[in-house]
Amino acid sequence: MAGGAASGGNATSEAYAPARGWLLLPTWVVLGIVVLAPIVLMLIYSFLTKEFRGGVIWEFSVDAYDQFFFDRGLFGDDAPTIQWAYIQIFWRSIWQATLATIFCLLIGFPTAYFIATRPANQRTIWVFLITIPYWVNLLIRTVSMRFILRDQGPLNDLLQWTGIVAEPLTIINTNLGVQIGLFYSYLPFMVLPLYAAIERYNFSLSEAASDLYAPRHKILTRIVLPAVKPGLIAGCILVFVPSLGSFLAPDLLGGARNFMIGSLIDEQFRGSAGNWPFGAAASMILLTLVLLVLMVLARQQARLEKGAG
Amino acid sequence: MANYLRTSAIALCAGLGCATAALAEGDVVVYHWFEYIPQELIDKFTEETGIRVVMDTYDSNEAMLASLRAGGMGTYDVAVPGDYMVQIMRDNDMLDAIAEGELSNHGNILPEWLDVRYDPGRQHSIPYQWGSTSFSVNRDVYDGPINTTEIIFNPPAELSGRINMLASQGEVMALAAIHLGIPMCSPERDDVQALNDLLMGSRQHWVSFNSDTAREVLVSGDAAAGMIYDGFSARARIEEGANLEYAFATQGYIAWMDNVVLLNDAPNRDNAIRFMDFLLEPENVGILTNWTQYSAGIAGVDAFLDPALAAQPERNPPEDAGPAIFIEVCDQATQEIHDRIWTALRR
Repeated sequence: MAGGAASGGNATSEAYAPARGWLLLPTWVVLGIVVLAPIVLMLIYSFLTKEFRGGVIWEFSVDAYDQFFFDRGLFGDDAPTIQWAYIQIFWRSIWQATLATIFCLLIGFPTAYFIATRPANQRTIWVFLITIPYWVNLLIRTVSMRFILRDQGPLNDLLQWTGIVAEPLTIINTNLGVQIGLFYSYLPFMVLPLYAAIERYNFSLSEAASDLYAPRHKILTRIVLPAVKPGLIAGCILVFVPSLGSFLAPDLLGGARNFMIGSLIDEQFRGSAGNWPFGAAASMILLTLVLLVLMVLARQQARLEKGAG
Repeated sequence: MANYLRTSAIALCAGLGCATAALAEGDVVVYHWFEYIPQELIDKFTEETGIRVVMDTYDSNEAMLASLRAGGMGTYDVAVPGDYMVQIMRDNDMLDAIAEGELSNHGNILPEWLDVRYDPGRQHSIPYQWGSTSFSVNRDVYDGPINTTEIIFNPPAELSGRINMLASQGEVMALAAIHLGIPMCSPERDDVQALNDLLMGSRQHWVSFNSDTAREVLVSGDAAAGMIYDGFSARARIEEGANLEYAFATQGYIAWMDNVVLLNDAPNRDNAIRFMDFLLEPENVGILTNWTQYSAGIAGVDAFLDPALAAQPERNPPEDAGPAIFIEVCDQATQEIHDRIWTALRR
């Protein structure tokens, strides 16, 4: 599925070498417009003065970052102390995203393994089945999840009917609800890269290890997992990053009682606060955090490839 | 099935080109609240004028303001802000003036809604609907007295932890101020501190902050009580059979009026004027009001109203109900303090 085809020899790339500059132009234009320009704009806005009820005044200011890191009390005139509110919101989001990634990994890995070990002609069908729910809009899926999970919903009806629980299990408006929502939203982003990696894995390696009396858990941890690590890392990134910024699941399944990063930023632009520079600054801080995580992972990947090559 | 047939008929009509004549008058681009105008009324407008209605929706006054300020001006012809938001938009020079005589039905506006504080003389706006914001309680869960804001801020055990709040800072702050009996935008330190302490102390009783699902959570039983608009509560009770009672607290409740405003740089200004004129016709406003189950600010609507509407408990405050109070527009310093409280409340 992935890989293989891309390594089409060096001769071709040599032939195009003189034209490489302008052949890459479309890529640079697209990257410039959809990635670079918005980020630069955000960076600039985060250092501007806020205009009351939305908008910015074109004067340099670090107020937005100051607001993020320092607490000056309810009236804004106390001596500055560390502002824990936003750190708490960020920490909650990171924690939720981490848990969602772990759950996706725990379910996603066996699923991907199962698909990859089916006969070749059946695999496409399994992959197809995994993607079917994702043809429906995320909002609708999240609302449906709400219907299923609520106190008087089908899940609780089933649990009570089978006698597993006596009282309805409250899932909606709890962290568990958010977890289930995130897990459900992003599971295929874990399964698909993992499947691509496991499919390429040479299963005779497992057989060889087994012949040499390696116990099953050793085969998994010493042979299979290192071989599929790139897919594993890709899957984790693809689940972690969107979970971090998501606000549909926290809003609809978590009750939005506590802000997540996404809803905090949303409030700065669409809420009463109308504090665009602060929204931009919070986004920049989030972006920096994500970049740091990605860089650590990328570096690890590079070290892996070096070791392998 | 009926719907399907109608859709097919429209599709067929469009395919054969019989709609093109009707659409020759162009569009009117409306920026509106979600779920706030019946399709029937939109169809009626298009039928009468040949103008197509293009609509985008929002879920809070602030979201509407933000998207207009972030490049939305010049896209929309009209919007439907609440009272205090009309004032903010007017102060920010976002509204176009309606010249005298431009609206042939201008005289239909009820005198008490003509010279409103947020738009004296109705230079930029016309009334859309008005009503109140308070809270409703599921009577299957709690059958004690509910006409007090204690229900929200210091609830009985049956309701504690099962209350939904609107995800709108203005309305939550306003209800808290009403509960404390302080001015809404009071800059006094003691008042602000009391507001902060009240909200922080009460948040343990609240399970969620949702505006667009405020009705649904009460109907489904996800929440046993919650802040809600009067018409929403009436529809939950009548259309969806929820055993809900709308409370009029003795401390007071929030009053509001939504208004159709003419935006600056409207791309279809003439059509916007016709749309506004259409919304001043008693018959049309009757259709609207029967559907929203709020109240109209137009004379002569009563004849078109469902007789049951007037008797609804949601629109008839009891004798001992407190005053109906409009949300005030705070100055920047006070607003910033409210922002801090709001963030801390939901940290």
